[in-house]
Amino acid sequence: MSPALVIILVGSLVAASCALVGSFLVLRKMALVGDAISHAVLPGIVIAFLLSGSRASLPMLVGAGAFGVLTVLLVELFHKTGRLHEDASIGVVFPVLFSFGVLLISRYANQVDLDLDCVLYGEIAYAPWDQLKLAGQLLGPKALWLNGLVFAVNLLFVGLCYKELKLGTFDPELAAALGFAPTLMHYLLMGSVSLTVVGAFESVGAILVVAMLVVPPATAYLLTERLSRMIALAMAFGVASAIAGYGLARWIDASIAGAIGVAAGGFFLLTFLLSPRHGLIAKALRHRRLSEATAEQMLLLHLKAEGQGLSREHLGRRFGWSEPRLEATLTALTQRGHARRDNGKCYLTESGARFIEATGQELIRDRG
Amino acid sequence: MSLSYSAQVVLAGVSLLGVAGGVVGSFALLRRQSLLSDALAHAALPGVCVAFLLTESKSSLPLLVGALVSGLLGTLAVTTLVRRSRLKADSAIGVVLSVFFALGIVLLTRIQKLPLGNQSGLDKYLFGQAATLMPRDVATIGALTAVVLLLVAFFYKELKLLCFDREFGASLGWPMRRIELLLVFLLVTVVVVGLQAVGVVLMVAALITPAAAARQWTDRLSTLLLLAAAIGGGVGVAGTLISASWANAPTGPAIVVVSSAVLVVSLLFAPRRGLVWARLRARALARRIRRENLLKDLYLEGERRAAPGALVGWSDLMGQRGQGRRRLSALARSLAASGLLARGSEGVRLTAEGEAAARELVRRHRLWEVYLARRLELPLDHVHRDAEVMEHALTESAVAELEELLGWPERDPHGRPIPRRQGLAAPPSPLRGAA
Repeated sequence: MSPALVIILVGSLVAASCALVGSFLVLRKMALVGDAISHAVLPGIVIAFLLSGSRASLPMLVGAGAFGVLTVLLVELFHKTGRLHEDASIGVVFPVLFSFGVLLISRYANQVDLDLDCVLYGEIAYAPWDQLKLAGQLLGPKALWLNGLVFAVNLLFVGLCYKELKLGTFDPELAAALGFAPTLMHYLLMGSVSLTVVGAFESVGAILVVAMLVVPPATAYLLTERLSRMIALAMAFGVASAIAGYGLARWIDASIAGAIGVAAGGFFLLTFLLSPRHGLIAKALRHRRLSEATAEQMLLLHLKAEGQGLSREHLGRRFGWSEPRLEATLTALTQRGHARRDNGKCYLTESGARFIEATGQELIRDRG
Repeated sequence: MSLSYSAQVVLAGVSLLGVAGGVVGSFALLRRQSLLSDALAHAALPGVCVAFLLTESKSSLPLLVGALVSGLLGTLAVTTLVRRSRLKADSAIGVVLSVFFALGIVLLTRIQKLPLGNQSGLDKYLFGQAATLMPRDVATIGALTAVVLLLVAFFYKELKLLCFDREFGASLGWPMRRIELLLVFLLVTVVVVGLQAVGVVLMVAALITPAAAARQWTDRLSTLLLLAAAIGGGVGVAGTLISASWANAPTGPAIVVVSSAVLVVSLLFAPRRGLVWARLRARALARRIRRENLLKDLYLEGERRAAPGALVGWSDLMGQRGQGRRRLSALARSLAASGLLARGSEGVRLTAEGEAAARELVRRHRLWEVYLARRLELPLDHVHRDAEVMEHALTESAVAELEELLGWPERDPHGRPIPRRQGLAAPPSPLRGAA
C-alpha cells in the first residue's frame, strides 16, 4: 500500500468513526463534552505508557477509555453539586486533566515517547511506517488496524442501538417510559466517544478529534432533517475532508491533521452559505421574495381600496418606500398585468383585482 | 529564596495576568460564557501565526494584535452561527474552536518549515512558557491589564446589570449590545495577553477556574471580583514557581493544576456554600428529625395506652420505624443525656421535659393535618405524610398563626385530640373559639 493511501485511509476511518458518534453529540447538545473527553484522555494515555513501558495499543485504549468516562462523571459531579453551571464544569474539568497529562509528559520526558506538539495535532504522517507486528509477522500499519477496529465497534454500537439512541436523543422522557434505558445509552455513547478519541488521538491529536467529532455532523445538520441521512452525510463530509485535507497538506507542506480540520471547516462554511433550506443565501433570498410579494400585495390592496388611479408620489408617501423599491414593485406588477401605468398614475387592472381577491380569500382560509 | 531579576520579571507578568484573568473570567462565569472564552482562545492561534508571517518579528506586540483580530473574528463567528444557523451554542463553539485551531496548526507547521521558523518560538503559544517573558512583554501585559481593570471599574454598573438583568438594562434604554461587546473585547484582550504565559489550550481554565473558586466564597459581585483577582494572581505565581523548579515544565498546565486545587478546596470548605458544611447540616437535620420522631413515638404510645409517660419496651419501639436496636439505643442515650427521657433495660419513658417537647410536636402535626383537610380540602388519607415532614419544619410563630387561622381546633381530622400548649389552658378569647 502506498503511504499516501494509508494516510488517507486512516484519516477516513477516523472521520467516519467520529461522524457516527459525533452526530449524536451534536443533536444532544453535547458537542463540547466531546471536546472535553478529547482533552482529558491524555493522562490515561500517558499513565498507560508509563505502566506498560511501550506504545502498546491495548493499555492505551483502557487507560484513555477510563479517563474519558471519568471526565463525564466529573463534569456531572461538579454540575450536580449545584455550585457550577454545566458549561463552567466542562471548562474546569478538562483543562485540569489535560494539564495533568502534559505535566506527566514533561516530568517523565525520557520515559515517555510522546511529543507535546503531537498531543495536539497527531502524527498521521508516520502512520504508514508504524507497522503492527504479531508473532514476527508484519500485518500492515497499526493505525489502520486500530481505527478500523474502532470504526467496526462504533458501527456495531450505532447499528444495534439505533432505535434506542434515536429516541433517547429526541425524546428522552418517552425513551425512559418505554424502557429504552436512556441513561445506559448515554454512558455507552460516552464510552464510544472515548474509544473513538483514543483511536484517533495518535493520528490526529486532541483538538482535531474535536474537529472531526463536531464539524462534519454540524455540516450535515444544516442539510437534512433525517437522522439516518445526517449520519450518512456526516460520514461523507468527514471522508471528503480527509481526502481534501491530505491534498491541501501536501500542496502547502503543513500538518496533515490540521489541513483535514481546515478542509472540514471549508465544507462547513460552504454549506452554511449554500444549503438549500438552511443556508444563509437561501434564507436571504426567501426573505427577499417574501418581502417583495408582501409589497406587491399591499400596493394592489391599496389601489383597490382607493378605487382610482394613484400617483407615484402618493404611493411613495403612503408606504414610506424608497424610489427604487417603489419602481421595482410597480415594474413587477405591470409586467404581470396586475397594474398599468398611464400618465404618471397607476391603476388596478382586471387581473390585478382578481388576483388580490383570490389572495385575500386564501389568507382568510389559512387563518381560519 | 531570592529571585533573579528575570524571575522577578516573569512573576510580575504572570501575577498581573492572573489578576486580569480572574476579574474578566468572573464575568464570563456569571454570563455562562466559559466555553465561549475557550473558543476565542483557540481562535487566537491563527492570528498569531498570520502576524508572524506578515512581520517576521518575534516581538510580542504585532503577534498580540494578530491574536486580538482573530480572537474577535472567532467570537463573531460563534455569535453569527448561533443567530443565523440552526446550530445550538455548543456545536457553534465546537465548530469555531476546532476549525480556527486547525487553521492555526496548519500555519504553525508551515512556519516551522520556513528558514526563520525554527526560532520563531511560536510553540510557546500552545502551552505557555512564562520563562520566555521579557521585561518588554511584562510592560505590555501591565499596560493592557491596567486598561482592562480601568474599563471594568468605569463600566462596573453596566457590566453588573449585563450579568444579572440584561432585559431590565435594555428597558432602561442602556446600550446592552454595546456593553456585551465591551465584555467580549475585554475577554479577548486578556486571553491574548495570557497566551504567552498560559497558552491557547488551557486559557479557559486560567479565566474560569479562579472565578469559579472565588464564587464559592461570596454572593457579592464586588467581593467576587476582588477574590478572583487575588486567587488568579496567587495561582499564577505558584504555578510559575512550580514550573520553574520542575525541569522546565510548561507554565500553563502548572497554573491550571494549582488553581483547580484551590477550586476543589473552595467547593468543599467555603462557608455556607461548601459541600462539607452542606453535608454536615444535612446530617444534623436528619439527626434532629430522628430524635424528634422517637420522642413523638413515645408520646403516641402513651396516648394509645391512655397512660402518658408509660414505659415503652425496646421491641415496641423497634417495630415503629424499622430501626435497629443499636441505632435506637444510641438515639435513646443521647436523648437521655439531654434529660428528655429515662431509659432502663426493659425500655424507655419520657421525662416531663421530654413529654412537653413531644406534645409540641404532636400539636404541630395535628394542626397541620387540620389545615390540609380544611383549607386545602385534601382527602383524609393524604394529610398524614405531609404533616410528618411539616412537624419538624414549622416555627413557633407559624404554629401560633396557624392555630388562630383555624380557630383553635380541638381535634385533628382523624378525631384525635390536639394537645394544648402547656400553660395555655384555653383560647385567648372565647368569642373567637372553635366552631
